Amino acid sequence: MTFAIQINHLTRKFNDLVAVNDISFEINEGEIFGLLGPNGAGKTTTLAMLSTMLKPTSGSATVNGMDIKNNEDGVRKSIGIVFQDQSLDEELTAWENMDFHGRLYRLQSDVRRQRIEELLELVELKDRKDDIVKTFSGGMRRRLEIARGLLHHPAVLFLDEPTLGLDPQTRNHLWQYIAKLSKEHGITIILTTHYMEEADRLCNRVAIIDHGKIIALDTPANLKDGIGGDVVNIRSPDPSAVVSVLEVPWISRIEKQYDGQVTISLQNAEQHVSTIVMLLNSNQIAIESISIHKPTLEDVFLSFTGKTIREEEADGKANMRMYQKMMRR
Amino acid sequence: MDIIYTIWLRSMKRYIRSKSRIIGSISMPLFFLLFLGFGLNSVVQIPGMGGDYITFLIPGMVAMSVLFTSVFSGIQIIWDKQFGFLKETLVAPVSRLEIMLGQTVGGATTAFIQGMIILILSIFLGLKSGNVLGFLIAFGFMALIGLAFTAFGIAIASKMEDMTGFQLIMNFVVFPIFGLSGALFPISSLPPFIVPITLLDPLTYGVEGIRYGLTGVSQINPLICLVVLGGFTVATTFIGAYLFRTIKS
Ligand SMILES: Nc1ncnc2c1ncn2[C@@H]1O[C@H](COP(=O)(O)OP(=O)(O)O)[C@@H](O)[C@H]1O
Ligand SMILES: [Mg+2]
Repeated sequence: MTFAIQINHLTRKFNDLVAVNDISFEINEGEIFGLLGPNGAGKTTTLAMLSTMLKPTSGSATVNGMDIKNNEDGVRKSIGIVFQDQSLDEELTAWENMDFHGRLYRLQSDVRRQRIEELLELVELKDRKDDIVKTFSGGMRRRLEIARGLLHHPAVLFLDEPTLGLDPQTRNHLWQYIAKLSKEHGITIILTTHYMEEADRLCNRVAIIDHGKIIALDTPANLKDGIGGDVVNIRSPDPSAVVSVLEVPWISRIEKQYDGQVTISLQNAEQHVSTIVMLLNSNQIAIESISIHKPTLEDVFLSFTGKTIREEEADGKANMRMYQKMMRR
Repeated sequence: MDIIYTIWLRSMKRYIRSKSRIIGSISMPLFFLLFLGFGLNSVVQIPGMGGDYITFLIPGMVAMSVLFTSVFSGIQIIWDKQFGFLKETLVAPVSRLEIMLGQTVGGATTAFIQGMIILILSIFLGLKSGNVLGFLIAFGFMALIGLAFTAFGIAIASKMEDMTGFQLIMNFVVFPIFGLSGALFPISSLPPFIVPITLLDPLTYGVEGIRYGLTGVSQINPLICLVVLGGFTVATTFIGAYLFRTIKS
């Protein structure tokens, strides 16, 4: 197996802040690889380094066998990138945006024309090709950006939060495109997201990143299996008592969460839930609510960090505000 | 070359589509020409230059039009930064120098066209020059002003985070450059303490060069104008290119 990307102890600091902290992993050719983490985890910074837009503080990486530090141009020619924030020229038409890109990547005019046709067809924008981008919806813009990123036939495509801010239907639609691209064109796709479902549905493998560190990396199925079965959440006025009563062998993991909830992992939860309720009742512990679900990547994230992604984001936003304040000074 | 052309082409497409900008930036020099020109025509006599005030004013207004459009075009890369488009250009396997030169030539071209519009309108307002060589000389100076000040705008934009400083730059840099340039008044009739400042203003040499081309008379030798403005253009292009390289994507 050849690797599309190899990352070795890659680190990036902004003054005192370690945005990406000594990460190392490989991405296989042809896979859809997800970088999952809350806002401010370091996903965009990682992509910026891999696409040679940002110099690493230390460590190294290769993309398609080329070093990101010594062969910037080689790397750039072999990658396509869809940035987190929109990067289209809104005053130009869809076709003109594509054409600009094709010329920047020095495609011959006949090749350029043919590929633009094909790609606009692929993302179903052919009948809007001569419309100014300003008139496009968020989903259409995203599709156009993906088409543009593919125009120079990159071996690796980076998608930074490709469905951020899109409605669920458009998101679903976009997932289908991305899956299709990977299947039909064999292109390696690295996407970042903070949507659990996106990583789960779309990615062959997922790296969970938090505070610049990779905290887990595996297939979504393996990550979820690692939880130790189904997940039961119990809300009670006395969470500590719940934990002490439920110290039993058939519960593989029990944890009091940050928000006072108790989370339990166990196999075949449906069969055991009545026993759990009985045990708590016989010890006179009140139950406010109890819920069971199959493990999701959210549970995986929770089990590694003790917080949900949303809670992390709330902290992240506070950091972000601080950072903006600092920049203003 | 093809990259410079690509970026130039984009500038042209955007320019052609921005009707309001085209009209907006013609209106001020046109306003000056009509009100100052006709208003002062009978009052003001330009010593030693034969013609009337409006003939004196036309080259200044052409230069003004080119100046404002070019600075604005250069500073526009801040919009590209804010709207994210700059990233698309910066991540491509092309050199920053090519991008910067493309922007410069693109901005200079729009500025040149804006100047041409004023020039053509001036013919209807009484510009009397049938001399082809004179026009070519004026075109040359217009192009130099366009290149120099687009590069100047790019240099400024490379150091700015957003458009908040734009008004400041306009009020404290661009308007003084225009006001001190001898576009409105002949250098010889300025108070003596202002003359050295006027001679330090690079636009003065552009205005005088255009004036020589269009009216056949100027207070500064056109060759000196060419050397000074040419030197300034080279300098701003170098500085602009250098600062553009430091832009963080
Ligand atoms: N140019 C910068 N200067 C200072 N800090 C930055 C800069 N870019 C990102 N950061 C900080 O680095 C951290 C990681 O940011 P980022 O990679 O954008 O996260 P993500 O894409 O996962 O949301 C954040 O705390 C962010 O505030
Ligand atoms: Mg991000």
